[in-house]
This record gives sequence, C-alpha cells and structure tokens, in this order.
Amino acid sequence: MADIVLRDVEKFFGSVQVIRKVNLTIKDGEFVVLLGPSGCGKTTTLRAIAGLEDITSGEIVIDGKPVQNLHAADRDIAFVFQLYALYPHLSVFENIAFPLRATRQPRSAVERQVRQVAAALGIEHLLARKPGALSGGDMQRVAIGRALVRRPKAILMDEPIGALDAKLREDMRMELKRLHIENKSTSVYVTHDQVEAMALADRIVVMHDGVLQQVGTPSDVYAHPANLFVAQFIGSPVMNIAPAAVKTEGGRVRLALGGGAAAFEMPAELAPRLSATGAGGALSIGVRPEGVQLAREPATGTIDLEAHLIEPLGAYDIVDLKVGEGFLRARTPAGFVARPGDRVHARLDPAQTHFFDQRSGASLGIRLGA
Amino acid sequence: MAAIRTPVQVALNRTAIAAVLVITLIFLAPIYWIASTAFKPRNLATTIPPTVIFEPELSPFAKLFTKRSQLREAPTPEEYAAAPWWERLVFDGGEKVVRSGRGEIQLSAYPNRFLNSLIVAITSTVLAVGMGTFTAYGFSRFKVKGEQDLLFFILSTRMLPPVVVAIPMFLMYRAVGLNDTHWGLILLYTAFNLSFSVWLMKGFIDEIPREYEEAALVDGYTRMEAFFKIVLPEAATGIAATAVFCFITAWNEYAFALIMTNRRAQTAPPFIPSQVGSGLPDWTVIAAGTFLFLLPVAIFTFLLRNHLLRGMSFGAIRK
Ligand SMILES: Nc1ncnc2c1ncn2[C@@H]1O[C@H](COP(=O)(O)OP(=O)(O)OP(=O)(O)O)[C@@H](O)[C@H]1O
Ligand SMILES: [Mg+2]
Repeated sequence: MADIVLRDVEKFFGSVQVIRKVNLTIKDGEFVVLLGPSGCGKTTTLRAIAGLEDITSGEIVIDGKPVQNLHAADRDIAFVFQLYALYPHLSVFENIAFPLRATRQPRSAVERQVRQVAAALGIEHLLARKPGALSGGDMQRVAIGRALVRRPKAILMDEPIGALDAKLREDMRMELKRLHIENKSTSVYVTHDQVEAMALADRIVVMHDGVLQQVGTPSDVYAHPANLFVAQFIGSPVMNIAPAAVKTEGGRVRLALGGGAAAFEMPAELAPRLSATGAGGALSIGVRPEGVQLAREPATGTIDLEAHLIEPLGAYDIVDLKVGEGFLRARTPAGFVARPGDRVHARLDPAQTHFFDQRSGASLGIRLGA
Repeated sequence: MAAIRTPVQVALNRTAIAAVLVITLIFLAPIYWIASTAFKPRNLATTIPPTVIFEPELSPFAKLFTKRSQLREAPTPEEYAAAPWWERLVFDGGEKVVRSGRGEIQLSAYPNRFLNSLIVAITSTVLAVGMGTFTAYGFSRFKVKGEQDLLFFILSTRMLPPVVVAIPMFLMYRAVGLNDTHWGLILLYTAFNLSFSVWLMKGFIDEIPREYEEAALVDGYTRMEAFFKIVLPEAATGIAATAVFCFITAWNEYAFALIMTNRRAQTAPPFIPSQVGSGLPDWTVIAAGTFLFLLPVAIFTFLLRNHLLRGMSFGAIRK
C-alpha cells in the first residue's frame, strides 16, 4: 500500500484539454472518491494514474516514485473496470489467479491466495464457473477479487457498481466499505453518484470540466461547498440557489429573494461580514431544503408563502414554495403541508445559508450563527 | 412449457419446414450426384435416365489411385486369384484395364496432387490468417497514420479480378523460378487472402473490448502477453471463421493453379479434369477424385462448427 501524488497533471486529447492542472495527494490507506458529472475527466484521471493513458504534462508519484513514464504493468496498481472486464474464456478461478500468474509464483501459492480472496468475498462456490454464468453482483465481486489478490499498492475503481440495479448497488456499496476497512488499501474510486461518494469516501474530490472543484471529507463538502457547482452537485434534493440582495433597515438585515418577493430575516452580523469579504458584486445564496424551515403558525422572522407543489417521498415531503417567479424547496415531515395552495410560514436557517459570489460562483465563506 | 399454437401458426410452420426441405434437396442434389457417381460401375455412370439404384463399387477409387494405360484381355482365373485386392475391384467392375506399359502397378499422381493441395491450402491459410490477425490488431488498437487510406489500399488489392493478371504473374514467376513450386502457390494464395483476412479480423478484434487487454496490462503483463493470453482466445471465433474462408478459397482455386503448376506442385483442381483423358472419359474416376476433394473442406468446417456458430457476445462485459 502506498500514497499517490498528482502534481500539475494535464491531459489533452488532440486539442481538447480534459484535465487541467490537477494537484491531489491521496494518503496511504485512504479511500478517495472522484465525483463529477459525465465527461468531466474522472475516468481519464484514473486511467492516467493506472498508466493506461499518457499524461501531457505533470507528475504522478506512487509510493514516492515518479511513475508517469512507466508502463501500467510496472506501476503495481489494480484497476476495476466499470464493465468488470472479466475474461470470458477463463474460469472465475483463473480470472482471479490471472494477475498472480504474471508473477510466476508456485502453483500452490497461487491456489492458496485465490481461495483466500474468494473466501473473503464469499464467491468460493463460483470458482469453477465461467464469468458468463454469473450475476452482475458476482461478476463485480470477481473483478474486485482479481484486484485484491495481488495486494497492489493501490486499487483504482471506475464506477464499479454503476451497472448494477439500485438494491444491489447499495449492498455492494456496504461490501466495498467493509473490504476497505479490512484491507486498508489505498483506493481511488470514480463515480457520478453523490450518494455513493458520500457513503464510501474518506475524502471526496469533486471534479468539473477537468478541474478539481473541492477536496474534502463528505461532511465538509456537504456542509461547506466551495462554490456553486459543488453546492448544486452534492446533496439530494438539490440545494436551492437564488440571486439575493441584502437590505438593511433600522439595524435589521433582510435577504430579499425572487426580486424582492420575499425578504428573509438574517442576523445583523451578516452585513459587516459581507462587506468584510470585499465582494461588492452580485450575491447568490444557497439553502438546502432542510434549511428552509416551515411552521403552521407565524413566528418571529417567518414570512408567509404559498405551497405550490408537494412531492411525498415517504420519509419526508419536498414542498415547492412560490417566491416571486421562482420556487424555494423545503423539506418537511411527511404530510406537514396538506395540499398545494396552502399557505405556510417559512424562514431560512442562517446557519444553513451559504453565500456565493454570483459571478465567480465561489463561496464567500460566511457562516452565520454557527 | 408447451406454447399453444393457432392453426395458422401450425400451417406457417409446416410451410417453412417444407420450404427448407426443398431448398436442402436442391443444394444437395449435385453433391449426391458426385457421391453416387463415385461409387457407380462405369457402364451405369452415363445412362439416360440416370441410374439411381445400383450396387455401389469401389473400383472408381481403385482406378483413381492407380495408373492404368494398357488394354488387354479379361484376366484368367489364375491372374485374378494372384491379383491384389484393389486390382480385383477393377476386374469386378468389368474392366480389363489395369497395368501400365511395363506391366507394373503404379500409384497414380492423385495422392500427390491431393497432398499438394493440402500443403498449399493449409500453409497459405495459416500465413494469411496469422498475418491478418496481427495487422488487424495493429489497426484496431493503435493510432496508425493514414489508417483509413491503408485499409482502403489493402482492400483495393481485391478489386481487380485476379485472372486478369495471370499471364504477367506467370511470366514473373517463371523469371524468378517460382512456377510449379509450392511456395509460389502459397505466396499467391496468401496474397489473395490477406486483404480479406485483415478486414474480417479487424471487425472481430474491434468487437473485443479494450478493457480486457487493459486489465491484463495493469495486472503485470506486457502487450505481447496480453495479445496471446487474452486477445487470441477471445478472437478464436473470428479466427476460425476467417480460416474457413481462406482455406476454401485456397483449396478450390483453379485458374492460377492451372497456369502456374503442371507437375511437382500441381494441386488437385487442375489435376482432376486432366484425367478425363482421350477417348471415352471415365466419369466415375473423375467423380471419385472430386468426391474425395470435397471432404477436407467439409471436415474442416465441421471441426470448427462450434467456433463458427458461437456468438461473439458470450463475454462478461455487459453492453
Ligand atoms: N480517447 C479519447 N479521445 C478523445 N477524447 C476523449 C478520449 N477519452 C475521453 N475523451 C473525452 O475526454 C472527456 C473526459 O472523459 P472521461 O471519460 O474522463 O469522463 P468521465 O468523467 O469519466 O465521464 P463518465 O462519467 O461519462 O464516465 C470527455 O469529454 C471525453 O469525450
Ligand atoms: Mg468514466
């Protein structure tokens, strides 16, 4: 096991740049998830680490050794492909044994290691089968077995469970987490599913258009998104984002949304904190639906809004409140708002309100009342 | 679970079976004709209407494998008793023709021509498919400058009907001493088949996901090892299909074999009709030679039938 360092890594396909100045340190034994929308360069980054793709410039260091000029075979890395890439003509046993055969170990040693890994994954009964006769989940276990058996310096996984159905995906997610806790293998995992990323990662790396947007623990990325992209990409249902204007009247600070249709009360400290950032430009705020707090009776600081749509999601409802031309989505206990058209009293939780520079999208780093 | 079928479906099904039977009969008729003639007594081979029921004989094969030229009287009982079994077969067929000029029994040229056919067809098939597979792999997996143009060029070698260049080829072959040699024909058939083999194999290799090799590369294998351990087994179906096509082309080729060879390296296709000879042709011998000539392709195809029929998409990559 080892650490992986990317320094100023850049990659062009022809004239198209798909990775821009990526700097990232993955610590020994860490589980890092590369998260981002389709086409943002996650797979390319992973393949570059594995040596399946040359990089245009920069440095990749594995276990203290620059490897960007080494062949994939010489990097001692395992790769789990999205579609498993199990060899159809080999049995499950031979598939798992395949990386060991390259090292020309004695038969008995190969046999012992394959059985050990198969036992850990609960696939001993499948060893004689051909991959074609396996279910998706079992294929994935075999693919992971093939990656683990060699005890590589790191395991790279490219959406390994993306092709499974939802239920199985959840099971496999837990299994992957268990395996990582048992093996402590340095892991880099690519996904575009933020739930998967939150569940698995020690640290999440959010990517967009070949640029790292934010690197942090799942709770960090969730609670302190570095910019509008991360704010909207992480979390489900999606965070409310709206242009906002700050109004100060007689010591009371209000946040006007929807072109002034609703003005939410904010702690007085907001005004000085905002001017302290020196960001004079337009402001956007972000509030997750759970940060929009609803009450049936008016209370201090609440304003009166109309419920437009109600999405019952079982454990909770998502209520769309009409604010000017737009909507503010709130998360409420199931059945809290009886029917569309009802009026409710809403306030924004200042502690859960994020402030962004509208132009650059960067977070202003203001946390109120926390 | 037995499906419940409507009368219409039953009728359609029966029509389809009848149609298949008719088509099969049409296609098998010439093959039956050759096979039955190969076992007919000579006097029944050309009757009108054709003789369908007869007592099969092996004398056409005995004549095919021996040299006969001298006509003589029917054998005496002592001669008959002293004759080896294959000669008796010929006597039994009512023939008086057995011995060559010097009175010895000799092996005919047929086994040699058959062997030539095997040598030339197998070697050229191995070469064409082998080189074709490597070339196709290169085109499929690497960025090749001018890939489209090169592939088109390779295909363009098939655009001229080969016979058009037969005479110039013959002159060139004679100049370099390749005429009537095995290597001459092998070279020719390999060149014929190569473009076909490259194109066909490229299609098959394109179908094999790159991830297979990439998995092997990451797992510590060189590209060469990955090619032999992963790509070749995965391409087995394609290789089998390509080999069958190349083998059939080389095995059946007539025109160039006729022009380029006459003795040492002559293959069976030009040899068999040359046995018609002068005087009354013995069609049973021709049929026997043709019948044996049909077998290798049938056997080869039969041996590879599983590879030919198995779909490409039995793999563990899900599309
Ligand atoms: N071999 C290639 N040649 C040219 N462009 C490529 C190549 N591979 C990837 N790209 C481009 O690079 C960009 C990043 O691709 P990449 O596969 O890394 O995205 P990704 O984040 O893994 O997306 P997904 O979630 O869809 O897998 C895409 O725009 C893609 O079209
Ligand atoms: Mg990808």
